[in-house]
Amino acid sequence: MRPERVIVVRIPEWEEHTLPPPTATPTETRDFTHLLAQLTELVPQIETLRPGLVAMRARGPARYYGGEAEAANALLQVVHAAGSLEARVGIADSRFAALQAATVDSSDVNGSALAALLPSGDVRIVEPGKSATFLSRLPVSCGIDERLGALLPGLGIYTLGAFAALPEDAVRARFGPAGVLAHRHARGLDAEHGEEIRPHSLARNFDTELHFEPPLESAEQLAFACSTLAEQLSASLSEEHLVCTTLRVTLTDDINIRHEREWTHPRFFTPSDTIARIRWQASSLEASTGERAGAGVAAVHLSPIRTDRAASHEPGLWTSGPDERIHHHLSRVQGLLGPAGVGTTVLGGGRLLRDRQVFVPWGVAPHATHSPGPWPGSLPFSQPSLVFSPPIRAQLLSAAGTIVGIDEDDLLTEGPHSLSIEHSNIPGQVQSWSKPWPIRERWWEGRPERFRLQIELTGGTAWLLLGQTRDTVIHWFAEGQYD
Amino acid sequence: MNITAALPSLQQRINEMQPLRLGERALPTPPGLSPLLPGGALHTGSTYAVRGSWQLALAFLVEASRGGAWCGVLGCPFFGAEAAASLGIALDRCVLIPDPGSHALSLAGTLSETLTVVVARFDARVSPAQVERISARLREHGSALVVVGDWVRSESRLTVMKSRWSGLGSGYGALSSKQLTVQSEDRRGTRQHVVSWSHNTFTVDQHHATEAPLLRAV
Repeated sequence: MRPERVIVVRIPEWEEHTLPPPTATPTETRDFTHLLAQLTELVPQIETLRPGLVAMRARGPARYYGGEAEAANALLQVVHAAGSLEARVGIADSRFAALQAATVDSSDVNGSALAALLPSGDVRIVEPGKSATFLSRLPVSCGIDERLGALLPGLGIYTLGAFAALPEDAVRARFGPAGVLAHRHARGLDAEHGEEIRPHSLARNFDTELHFEPPLESAEQLAFACSTLAEQLSASLSEEHLVCTTLRVTLTDDINIRHEREWTHPRFFTPSDTIARIRWQASSLEASTGERAGAGVAAVHLSPIRTDRAASHEPGLWTSGPDERIHHHLSRVQGLLGPAGVGTTVLGGGRLLRDRQVFVPWGVAPHATHSPGPWPGSLPFSQPSLVFSPPIRAQLLSAAGTIVGIDEDDLLTEGPHSLSIEHSNIPGQVQSWSKPWPIRERWWEGRPERFRLQIELTGGTAWLLLGQTRDTVIHWFAEGQYD
Repeated sequence: MNITAALPSLQQRINEMQPLRLGERALPTPPGLSPLLPGGALHTGSTYAVRGSWQLALAFLVEASRGGAWCGVLGCPFFGAEAAASLGIALDRCVLIPDPGSHALSLAGTLSETLTVVVARFDARVSPAQVERISARLREHGSALVVVGDWVRSESRLTVMKSRWSGLGSGYGALSSKQLTVQSEDRRGTRQHVVSWSHNTFTVDQHHATEAPLLRAV
């Protein structure tokens, strides 16, 4: 079967500095849809890879315009007419190759053979059957996933050509399915099951708005009034077989002050979820306005920031998401305690115990936290069952009644004798203690050192203390308790 | 054989063997902790009181959580997620309500409808009527409640009488394991157990279980 030719158009000014799509700011995503709509008038089936990068099949446009170069020029004209100064078009046998043709700068590739493949600066057409040759000169780091991109140079494979020369079976055995995909890409082929162009028509604007006259004052009233609005939004999205995963709710005051907030959902927004978010936002507004309390909401604007195909969110045969019943009950609890009243925890990275756990309110997608990678100075073993956030002030005294300090050798100046902790009346005789464990962060910036100390009291309770030096005096805090 | 002397001990053995209510089911219980509980397991519809250790209370969630059930922790603002995870609790299925305020009791009831085991601490005094209402919901939905602190009419009351850590010296070492003396009060009578905690698991030392020399709490 002849491979399908693919056109990729790249408009750099729409792109963010980093690659993954979530970094594209919502306004840009939305405005890009205008440009996308104009391109769609030329070529109906366009897939947005990310704002500023679109892919389409080459066969139709090439036949219509009488050649690939002509089709590319027609696309460029539209982009220039829309006010974008710079755009690149890449055409090749596979999606990956076309993407590389559109994105790779010619300065990256030093090869005379390539210069022949460049008809002009803005359009790069890789002849049919030449995709593998085109790709073979590119460094492995481009386009292949990060892990492989870092690993392969260590194995002496610097170009995609060298990677493509490996036998496929060996790649499969060593790197698994992800490796095979990268290998096929490097050979100028699509994935084993094909990579179709999947157009999604984000050209349609799903924003909905509702005005109130007179302004509504209570969150409950507002939630009730918005129920049809939420239904409409959900209905119009489902017409296009889409679901909304990130929603921006804008509440406008009677004096035109806008309160915007973006809500992410771990699955997707149902109408009742949407109403809950409107209610939470309105009630937080009531709580925060202070003197201007009771200003009321004059308009509600809902705009889906991120949408996804509904097909990828269908419930599986064995439901993949959390149980409906649990969701229902926890939403009720949220109605009682507020959105942050109930949730789960996610482990993150960090040195202090309280940095290492993040409370995620129910119905909110967890933020990307610090990487869980190695954190020198974090407590590697026996974590306390109670973690105080913020740490509680404590006093660690020696037998003579002075505060126990830490000397230059990272040792305690005196043996600790008694421990007292604020708001706690535990018997405070110290029975045994550990060596102080230093936490050194950014010492080159002069950040004060911190120390950890495990203390066991005669009553059998054990504490994890955190010592912080400030102006040569050490302040002790209880970071956690082994209870 | 002296019948009058044998009678009380026989009666107690019968008590130990028969469940108090019909239709009770055992919930997954950490094997190391089963000697602490009457019947050797957590039972649906029952409430257990644990006094003196959050970690011991949380350990009752572990087995249910491993089995894929959802659990909850109510009223613990200082929940140590890493310690809980190392015990074996799946954090993504562990619902936290750190600060339930005055709604604690009604929330414990609400949560018990969906979560299999809930660990809860109540600040306010709980009236017998409220206790009965919660027990009814627990029975109806087949879940269990582990209360940190006191609870009237609990299936079993576990009190940490003494705890001793090991691994820590005078300026060296680190906490590694601990030994708890736990007094259990239930229909089997009052007993003292030695529970040791090391490598993130609790185990009850079977040989040290002793009948407490006290009268059974009435």
